[in-house]
Amino acid sequence: MPLRVTSAGFQTTVQDAGRQGYAHLGVSASGAADAVSMRFGNLLVGNPEHAPALEMTLVGGSFLFDEAAVIALTGSDFDPLLDGDSVPMWTSIPVAAGQQLSCRATKSGARCYLCISGGIRVPPVLGSASTHLMTGLGGHLGRALRAGDELELGKPRQEAAGWWRLPDQVVDRLKRRVIRVTEGPQSDVYAARALSEFASSVYFVSEDSNRMGIRLRGNPLPWRQVCDMLTEGVSLGAIQVPPDGQPIILFVEHQTTGGYPKIANVISADMHAVGQLRPRDSVRFEFVSLDTAYELLAELEALIHPRSLVPFNA
Amino acid sequence: MTDIQVHFASDRSLLVMLGNEISREQQRKVAQLCAVIERDRYGAVQNVHPAYGSVLITFDPRRTSAASMAAAARKWLERMSSIELPPARRVEIPVCYGSSFGPDLPDVAAHTGLSCDDVVRIHSSAEYFVYFLGFSPGFPYLGDLPRELAVPRLGTPRTRVPAGSVAIGGTQTGVYPLASPGGWRIIGRTPLKLFEPLGESPTLLQMGDLVNFEPISEEEFVRVAEEPE
Repeated sequence: MPLRVTSAGFQTTVQDAGRQGYAHLGVSASGAADAVSMRFGNLLVGNPEHAPALEMTLVGGSFLFDEAAVIALTGSDFDPLLDGDSVPMWTSIPVAAGQQLSCRATKSGARCYLCISGGIRVPPVLGSASTHLMTGLGGHLGRALRAGDELELGKPRQEAAGWWRLPDQVVDRLKRRVIRVTEGPQSDVYAARALSEFASSVYFVSEDSNRMGIRLRGNPLPWRQVCDMLTEGVSLGAIQVPPDGQPIILFVEHQTTGGYPKIANVISADMHAVGQLRPRDSVRFEFVSLDTAYELLAELEALIHPRSLVPFNA
Repeated sequence: MTDIQVHFASDRSLLVMLGNEISREQQRKVAQLCAVIERDRYGAVQNVHPAYGSVLITFDPRRTSAASMAAAARKWLERMSSIELPPARRVEIPVCYGSSFGPDLPDVAAHTGLSCDDVVRIHSSAEYFVYFLGFSPGFPYLGDLPRELAVPRLGTPRTRVPAGSVAIGGTQTGVYPLASPGGWRIIGRTPLKLFEPLGESPTLLQMGDLVNFEPISEEEFVRVAEEPE
């Protein structure tokens, strides 16, 4: 097998762009929690942007390569070593057969991506390689990796990918201290001061957050009235507020329908930053218009392009 | 059409509100809207999330905007009444009630003042309607539970409810397609798989189905569970 998992880390899964088109059956998309980092990683190794990669969480894993490959580590810095020597983040790295990559505890955010030339090869389930942990769907046997697992790699593209890195100033532009949101479909359920309170408060990420939802702790957001709404479809990034007033960001493995009102929705351009929130991190929110949300997304998408990479002497 | 509302739910989703009640007539409209979008092969739409009185339409915000999707939605709303829905399918779900498969059956009997046999008889003689699938893969929102079987949810939800469990929570009844946490009272279990991602149809049920529960013995449960797919 080309890739052996010698230690799995805290929670390492196979992810791609997610599984679209099955929400009417109750299946949410899943996919990379920080898709922007994964896409840059794939560009660095010459893969299609959404080739399946490994998503590591908080503490990374160790991997033995049975075949030579090109890899890139993107997202948060998990202090990676190749045969004991430190290797840089956001850079294409040649790996020889027999070498071992060891990732360690995060030095920055929640998630680090290991992208490998050819991509991770797992049988697609409903059109995607993404693991949906809550339902045991997709990825490697529907679960997080364990020590002893062996993974197949896809065939790398023919032409040599070359050696590249993503400049620091581009990496810095991906980091966000304030998450931008648009108003949610039930913003009017909350007391008038709730929206301004939401936008002016500091929230902390709770320990019981996962790929299904990021639970926040902070100033409770009061409802104006008892909200007796029917269950309805929920969107990725919706911020729902149950009666206890503590917001929950519905994340990549979210339930497809829900009955709590939603005060806001994270804009698509900032979803990747939600994927880097760790327990106990603080986070703030800022309301923007839909027009601004689309402008910010267009700016971000323009960055995710091979022209953002600079040559690097491996 | 005047009471239909289209909300911008986010930069990647549109919430179409068709009504605010739980009725089979309204569910037909929800199904028609989903069908007309499917007939157009989704276009820029990524997912439709049907519910009792609404459809959430999600789309790729890199390809289109909420305003363009709202224009598309208005066209779908105009055309949806021309959609002929197929006749409702009837699906029989075998259930082994009580014993270790339905540990809360005596509780439900105590809460309702009925005998266990009566709970089983009433639960299995009603016809249920699948309003939509949602929450988790293959989970049916079923109506309409006979009133006399309504019981409060568990004070403390179970951390793990086995796949196939048939349960009552409040005025609702349902089947858990996958093992998951749950706060409903479990009265039995079906050997059928409600969610099979690698099957020809990933879910046993679909929106608009009519469902009956058929009591079976433990021996029959084992026999059905062991049948090849």
